[in-house]
Amino acid sequence: MAEKDVIVVGGGLAGLACAMNLAADGTHVHLVSLVPVKRSHSVCAQGGINAVNEVTRAEGDSEYLHLDDTVYGGDFLQHQPPVKEMCDRAPGIIDLMDRLGVTFNRTPEGFRDQRRFGGTLFKRTAFAGATTGQQLIYALDEQVRRWEAEGNITKYEYHDFLSPILNDNGVCRGAVIQDLFTMEIKSIPAGAVVLATGGNGLVFGRSTMSTICTGSASARAFRHGVRYANGEFMQVHPTAIPGTDKLRLMSESARGEGGRVWVPKTAQDSRDPKDIPASERYYFLEERYPKYGNLVPRDIATREIFDVCVNQGLSVEQGRLCVYLDVTELPPTTQQKLDGILEIYEKFQGVNPRVVPMKIFPAIHYSMGGLWADYVKNQKTGGLVEKAPKNHMTNVTGLYAIGEADYQYHGANRLGANSLLSCIFTGLFVAPCVASHIAATAEAVPSSLVDAAKKKETERHNAVAKMNGSENPRTLHDELGDTMTRNVTVVRKNKALAETVAKIGELRERYKNVGSPDGGGWTNQSVTFVRALDDMITMAEVIAQGALMRDECRGAHFKPDFLIEAPDSDDPATLRQQAVEWCKKFKAKNDKWLKSTIADYNGGDVQFSYEDVDTTLVPPRPRTYGLKGAEIIEEVWREQFSEKSPVGAV
Amino acid sequence: MSKRVKVNIKRQDSPDSGSYWQTFELPVEDGMNVTTILLRIAATPTTTDGEKVAPVAYDACCLEEVCGACSMRINGKVRQACSALVENLLKEQPEITLEPMTKFPNVRDLVVDRRRIFESLKRVKAWAPIDGYTPRGEPDRMSPSDQEDAYPLSRCMSCGCCMEACPQFNDKDDFIGPHAVSQAILFNTLPAGKPLESERLDALAEAGGIAACGNAQNCVKVCPKDIPLTVSIAKAGRATTIHSIKRFLAR
Repeated sequence: MAEKDVIVVGGGLAGLACAMNLAADGTHVHLVSLVPVKRSHSVCAQGGINAVNEVTRAEGDSEYLHLDDTVYGGDFLQHQPPVKEMCDRAPGIIDLMDRLGVTFNRTPEGFRDQRRFGGTLFKRTAFAGATTGQQLIYALDEQVRRWEAEGNITKYEYHDFLSPILNDNGVCRGAVIQDLFTMEIKSIPAGAVVLATGGNGLVFGRSTMSTICTGSASARAFRHGVRYANGEFMQVHPTAIPGTDKLRLMSESARGEGGRVWVPKTAQDSRDPKDIPASERYYFLEERYPKYGNLVPRDIATREIFDVCVNQGLSVEQGRLCVYLDVTELPPTTQQKLDGILEIYEKFQGVNPRVVPMKIFPAIHYSMGGLWADYVKNQKTGGLVEKAPKNHMTNVTGLYAIGEADYQYHGANRLGANSLLSCIFTGLFVAPCVASHIAATAEAVPSSLVDAAKKKETERHNAVAKMNGSENPRTLHDELGDTMTRNVTVVRKNKALAETVAKIGELRERYKNVGSPDGGGWTNQSVTFVRALDDMITMAEVIAQGALMRDECRGAHFKPDFLIEAPDSDDPATLRQQAVEWCKKFKAKNDKWLKSTIADYNGGDVQFSYEDVDTTLVPPRPRTYGLKGAEIIEEVWREQFSEKSPVGAV
Repeated sequence: MSKRVKVNIKRQDSPDSGSYWQTFELPVEDGMNVTTILLRIAATPTTTDGEKVAPVAYDACCLEEVCGACSMRINGKVRQACSALVENLLKEQPEITLEPMTKFPNVRDLVVDRRRIFESLKRVKAWAPIDGYTPRGEPDRMSPSDQEDAYPLSRCMSCGCCMEACPQFNDKDDFIGPHAVSQAILFNTLPAGKPLESERLDALAEAGGIAACGNAQNCVKVCPKDIPLTVSIAKAGRATTIHSIKRFLAR
């Protein structure tokens, strides 16, 4: 009864949560992963997972405020019903992970300890040392192993997702995958396919992402008609350790525990940082953002670090851009909580960050955008309708997207410690929705359909293996990464974006002349890479073109040419008038651009359109972290522009 | 002229074919690690003899030593390729040698099939057998000291280094390996894992369980996460003995 089976592609938090929840309910799951699931990229998440808790509640926190922080931090670009459902269920998810044996840090009395992360004033973040993602995925990996031992889950580790199997009506009936040991191509019929395949940081060459995060599964779904939304919204993490093969993450928890970001006031001061007195240090985040300090949202911290290094020339080093992230003044007990990440710095840089300030710089970190996924709003609660088959289904019937691979939850900018939550939440929540879908599907999957899909992918594999042109695929990838990193990360300008789009077109042409340097039959990583390169070029087109077309600033998408000038007059009446003008422009901008970008593959001629965003729970308002004239803007906005908050809002 | 490094790599084209060595030479970069070497070789796979060859197949994923993918023998010692810095390796010997792990079946070049690691975890039921995934409220509190005991064990990334170094672990025996013993102890310690404590001790008492350990203590020396494996093994030995006596007396 293959039509009652489900294929889950991706063994990170989202995929594992989905697989275990389906299996616990008796559904047979085929779990496909590029690597043994325990090695998925979720292990790299360090800082923690957000939920309202008893301590924050006592300070006035609520699920509504978690929703508010998330959509405000995301510059209102996310549909609010899914976010509400996620925030409402977050406390239960932390309890569940605790029951599964996650070794969360404890208070002296034995309660779960919580720390503060960016974009909120509450300590909502539960954590397990500085390896929270690793601890969470291990708990889910263990559950999946339990169901594997029971026979409810069949694992396909070291397997690459090649394509969905679509019938003549465009309904998904399975997937074609490839064994990366034997290179054998297999076609698996199923009632539904769930893509939990993560982000696409490798499009930018080096990033904080793992080597498997090419976005190839998403690109393959995209080429089969699945829409891709908000591709241009890529989070740049403010603090990463520059490296030759990877930009390693230095978690926000370093700042959450009191780490401070600074540069010497004198450019490239050659003194030992410890010898530079406080008066000669520029703690630029604290000075510019007194309310949030070092814990401003990620897009803001990133732009400020970039600004200090590039525009003000205050980089710590002459030849390389970096600022200090300083945890040397923290007490040893606090440093101990950060051991996991401090060890990484020490191991890869050969310097002890407990004694010497770390040198860090921003790096591409997370794909807020992703495969377009539907949701069914619960009119009564404002959240989602449980078990509705359409929740997280893409525009292709029977094909679902969850976790970082989907576009919901984070809008234009993700808050720290919300990704682990969104991944586990979507995995758990989608399982009964998928089950409802397959319960309503009775028709068997015709073997002719399965065979035809396998034949097509086998031909494609053989064609790629035979490519013997003169272009080196690794060189093309380097060029792609360079141009994307230079023009499509922190600061975006239309001229450079147009050049990037042209460059990607050039790479697309040169790709046709690539040589696949390996004739081997086992673990042919060259063929796998050449295929992924094609996918990365497709993803780059979606990202760069989407960025070029969006003429505004929103969250991580920063186009200074379209910045609305902040009120700055010393005269109160003029200042007020400026603020009114600012709000008018802001409203006009929202009328035009408070919309999700939707890319359609359309046979290779990618088409863009825009989708309205459901902002019915928290009315959009200007995001004014550290903005000059923030107070007057907020006052004017409240008086003259704001929609009324819905009933029930705190 | 920048400094250059010679890298000798033991290669194998498929599971059934023989192995052979090839040497590559490349410029040393600042902060360079072994995964960067392999990435550079993949871009221009030419040996020191000027022969164009197939890129070297290797496993890698997170590149920051939390996923456990890139285990291999580097200068004769099993470790993670991502955190093996060229600068340090050249202090050990003038040229770098890379070999696949020897205790797992070879797939190609530096890639081995480590599925046995995960099968061991099944044998000791290293999971929390909770009733279901619907909310049941907050579980019991846990003392910070219990958390501090458990956390180091929970960082095991199943990389296989401890098995590679263990003289008792080979393809003739079915020893579950130090990491599985340690995971059994972890779950026997955690409140969430308690309900299966007795079954885990049964598994440890079986052939291939704790008795297979020869106490060579190589495991703890090569563990990249400094997991106190020998402490877990000692605990497992004691607990299994007591458990077996109880079983005997209850007959």
